[in-house]
Amino acid sequence: MRNPLSEKIVSIKPSGIRKFFDIASEMKDVISLGVGEPDFDTPWFIRDEGIYSLEKGRTFYTSNSGLLELRKEICNYLKRRVDVNYDAGHEVIITVGGSEAIDIAMRAMLDPGDEVLIPQPSYVSYEPCVVLAGGTPVIIELKNENEFKLTKQELLDAITDKTKILVMPFPNNPTGAIMTKEELKDIAEVCVEKDIFVLSDEIYSELTYDKPHYSIAALPGMKERTILINGFSKGYAMTGWRLGYACGPKDIILQMTKIHQFCIMCAPTTSQYAAVEALRQGDEAVEKMRESYNQRRRFLMYSFKEMGLPCFEPFGAFYVFPCIKEFNMTSEEFAFALLDAKRLAVVPGSAFGDCGEGFIRISYAYSLEKLKIAMSKLSEYITELRAKNEKK
Amino acid sequence: MREKILSYIEKNSRIDLKELAILLGTTEPEIAQELSEMESEGIICGYHTLIDWDKVTTDRVNALIEVRVTPQRGQGFDAIAERIYKYPEVNATYLISGGYDLLVSLEGKTLREISNFVSQKLSTLESVISTTTYFVLKKYKDHGTILNGDSEDERMIVTP
Repeated sequence: MRNPLSEKIVSIKPSGIRKFFDIASEMKDVISLGVGEPDFDTPWFIRDEGIYSLEKGRTFYTSNSGLLELRKEICNYLKRRVDVNYDAGHEVIITVGGSEAIDIAMRAMLDPGDEVLIPQPSYVSYEPCVVLAGGTPVIIELKNENEFKLTKQELLDAITDKTKILVMPFPNNPTGAIMTKEELKDIAEVCVEKDIFVLSDEIYSELTYDKPHYSIAALPGMKERTILINGFSKGYAMTGWRLGYACGPKDIILQMTKIHQFCIMCAPTTSQYAAVEALRQGDEAVEKMRESYNQRRRFLMYSFKEMGLPCFEPFGAFYVFPCIKEFNMTSEEFAFALLDAKRLAVVPGSAFGDCGEGFIRISYAYSLEKLKIAMSKLSEYITELRAKNEKK
Repeated sequence: MREKILSYIEKNSRIDLKELAILLGTTEPEIAQELSEMESEGIICGYHTLIDWDKVTTDRVNALIEVRVTPQRGQGFDAIAERIYKYPEVNATYLISGGYDLLVSLEGKTLREISNFVSQKLSTLESVISTTTYFVLKKYKDHGTILNGDSEDERMIVTP
């Protein structure tokens, strides 16, 4: 029989989290800090709107680019929150989560040989999406000493004649890093000068704890070269609804809509109706969740300080990224050993790129009670490790 | 800061000053000072515990009573409300808009105890025109907390 598989697909390695998941989910009584989604249920008024839309029998397709009503609300929201004006008619497309938006943006923009700059550690799907779209991923390794922000020099060093897109994954999963307006200015200048497009993944934009999120699309000359990606999963605790969106120049959105039309048809209708309500009434609910995450974030930073575990203070998303290099173990060894010894699951930093080696990702999308138990287990574990290493 | 402290202790009055200071990104003395100021200003009126008494004893009955009254000249509803809320078995008293005037929440050991209160104390007050008593059969949610509402974390154990 002939080989039924595509070489391209087979050559893509599965997500590094997979192996860890398989083992952890077999174990009993595991306390997990490994989840990349909110612990809150979707606020009731949003769920209620979804239920209402089902009761009304709104079980049809929407237009390919999504309900106009929702696109308009998204434009209002972006105007209000990040001060960027988009045209609901031509510059917005509703997608099945932010993930689909990443995929179809890459496919709409890349030709073979085009290079895409991907700062890592970052979310696991940028690299495979670029490969699937026929482009060439070029990794920029972010550094702990820069608090995992992208610097102008790092960007300049990575640019070649073939560079077409820069991925900007901030607020960042897994590090929790954010980038301020000033820092983004440096990056934007380079992009304008070198004629590079930006895919700005702002899915965690509602979850920043120092100052409100700033979008690179708001800087001069950037709106016309930025695909802004966002969605409802993180800020509104709507992961399972699978709803995101992309905003950008009309020509790009038009081609993205073509792919979306043939592959997906439209994003889930129930979710779209619920999302309209989320944007109209959601500010207070989001603020409550943000305050709650912020309290847990402070608690974790305090706990790490007590344990003497080095960790820069992150101001975004719901992750912290402490350094475990002192134990002379790889991130994966550390995570497996911790799981084995204390039944505590964290994600090895290396799952998010080679430069995540030596770090672990800890999610604080958990109740304070759970985090307290988890931190005392982690503290016990590293105390034992240190004692063992000293004996040697 | 005040509102942050309040919204935290509203759900959890077992305050550990040190912990609260960490969570809110401030210092223990500041929390302590804010708390004592809010206590003396009457913003914080008490620290209560939410108890599901049904799990402890069957000897407790709650009732809600709608009361229609004649307001008194110069004092409106305040004087009659005071006459009612001074009874220790009265848990809460609210002035209500709509078809009646006062809503009284009451706690007693038995149905008889509550009916005695209504017939012998409440109804005999001069300004009380009529009362309607409702007995609470089951408490689902109290003070924003769902009783018997333990839900498990159904998320996958590790996700990117």
